[in-house]
Amino acid sequence: METTVKVQQVSKSFGKKTVLSNVNLNMEKGQIYGLIGPSGAGKTTLVKMLVGMDMPDEGMVEVLHTPMPSLTMLQHIGYMAQSDALYNELTGEENLRFFAAMFTMGKAEQKERIGYAADLVNLKDELGKKVSAYSGGMKRRLSLAIALIHNPSVLILDEPTVGIDPELRQSIWNELTRLKNDEHKTIIVTTHVMDEADKCDMLAMVREGRILTRGTPEQLRQQFRANSLEEVFLQAGGKQS
Amino acid sequence: MRIRALIRRICEQLLRDKRTLALLFLAPLLVLSLMYYLFNHTGNASDAKIGVVKLNPQIIELMNQQGMNVVSYDSADKNTLVKDKLDAVIEMQEGGIHLILKNNDPSQSKALQMRISQATSALSEMTQEQGNAAAPKLSLTTEYVYGSADTTFFDTLSPILIGFFVFFFVFLISGIGLLRERTTGTLERLMSTPVRRGEVIAGYLAGYGIFAFLQTVIVVLYATLVLDMNLAGSIWYVLLTNLLLAFVALSLGILLSTFASSEFQMVQFIPIVIIPQVFFAGIFPLDHMATWVQVIARIMPLYYGADALKSVMYKGLGFSDIALDLGVLFAFAVLFILLNILALKKYRKL
Ligand SMILES: Nc1ncnc2c1ncn2[C@@H]1O[C@H](COP(=O)(O)OP(=O)(O)OP(=O)(O)O)[C@@H](O)[C@H]1O
Ligand SMILES: [Mg+2]
Repeated sequence: METTVKVQQVSKSFGKKTVLSNVNLNMEKGQIYGLIGPSGAGKTTLVKMLVGMDMPDEGMVEVLHTPMPSLTMLQHIGYMAQSDALYNELTGEENLRFFAAMFTMGKAEQKERIGYAADLVNLKDELGKKVSAYSGGMKRRLSLAIALIHNPSVLILDEPTVGIDPELRQSIWNELTRLKNDEHKTIIVTTHVMDEADKCDMLAMVREGRILTRGTPEQLRQQFRANSLEEVFLQAGGKQS
Repeated sequence: MRIRALIRRICEQLLRDKRTLALLFLAPLLVLSLMYYLFNHTGNASDAKIGVVKLNPQIIELMNQQGMNVVSYDSADKNTLVKDKLDAVIEMQEGGIHLILKNNDPSQSKALQMRISQATSALSEMTQEQGNAAAPKLSLTTEYVYGSADTTFFDTLSPILIGFFVFFFVFLISGIGLLRERTTGTLERLMSTPVRRGEVIAGYLAGYGIFAFLQTVIVVLYATLVLDMNLAGSIWYVLLTNLLLAFVALSLGILLSTFASSEFQMVQFIPIVIIPQVFFAGIFPLDHMATWVQVIARIMPLYYGADALKSVMYKGLGFSDIALDLGVLFAFAVLFILLNILALKKYRKL
């Protein structure tokens, strides 16, 4: 197994508030890595550092053996932010085309990737519509499509399925699993939905900027002698308060 | 490639925003027209009704040419003037001209005075050229260095106004445009792609620059062709100056949007950054003011823009006289652009 994302002794504070302290994580190729933890735990902050949009105060982040931030690495990272950042005046297709143009790819490939990404999130028929006329879930799906547009080998998704109906959610997770198995991508997902966490190969529980515990979903359940991840979450959350 | 995509996106966005387009292209014309009629109405002598007594027919001819309504009388005094609602009475007397002005509107009177003195002096020149030395020397003579008897307050103000409108609207629209990108998170999203900071700034400058260019051309053409503003020098220098000014406004707007967190806060920059520039741009002559006032004026881009525009439009000067102003404007633009590239580090350190 190849370690594709490495987080070493990372600490970060905003002003006086410490948001991450001494975080160590290793994520492997062909793995879905889940980050769970209460709101405000520092998941988004951590994930942003993987993309190089934030710098750790201490420690370092490596993606594909390259220290971040790195412009060349961004070509291989797909990022979906927690809040949709879309150009509302433009249509879905124009949004996809614009972001595709930010990456190096040929005209034909661009067309093919737009088709693939739109198909995956079931937006093919809505591509001509302006984003301002999209529903919340449609916007979320378009964000996901944009994250996938350049066929990245590391996929970082910050709460990707919020506002997406169960049927589509299942098809998205099926696709993530396929990407992991067939294309050996590294996928990092933050989520508050425990049955999604169950589908991850590895989980890390973040709380108040620390990694509380990590392991496969099965290992976590055993460690906390719990029947479900829901219980693990509640127990781990209550342990220190 | 990336820059082209950025430009294309900005154009697509702006072209769909009809209101912003209207603000960019129609509002300056509207306000400029309003100001034009406001300033030009007072102090306009061309539609004046004037009574003349024993006046040289050549002068009457000249006055008619200027659009004045001339009525001849055998004799006239203040009573005739009031009764017939005349604006002025001109009477030829021994060796000079006697002028009675109604003076309801002082600025119009002043304009009339100038017109008449111009007409009489033109006439004396004419008769002297014809070798008629015995022609009566007329006592009303005036001389102008810049401008002409047509000069109104607006003629000295209009170069400043044109520069100001270009500066203001470009500043507002580029500033708010970029601010929206910051608040909706699209700028941050953009910075998570391999695009370079320099490319982002270049894209924005070019994208909004296209619209700033169009606006500048429209405003300048409208002002000079439709409103017939005084344009003594070359229109190309006017365009050049305004384009540089637009670029300064563009880069300044983008830069200041870094320090605003909402559209409302962006608007708050107007009284701080824009309004003072108007007052320091030459509406009030600064030559005799305290040194510190002059120092303040010199850190304002609009001061240089207005100076160059006034030199070209009003004084009819050429490139060498505005080169320094243009150089300073260029330096401002470069400075703001570099600061912009630096400010983007907020989103990504590379
Ligand atoms: N730019 C910032 N300035 C100051 N504080 C910040 C900033 N960004 C995040 N924080 C703080 O850092 C902490 C962690 O935030 P973060 O967004 O990483 O949480 P999260 O785990 O993603 O939460 P959620 O599940 O609600 O998305 C919070 O307390 C937040 O207030
Ligand atoms: Mg978050």
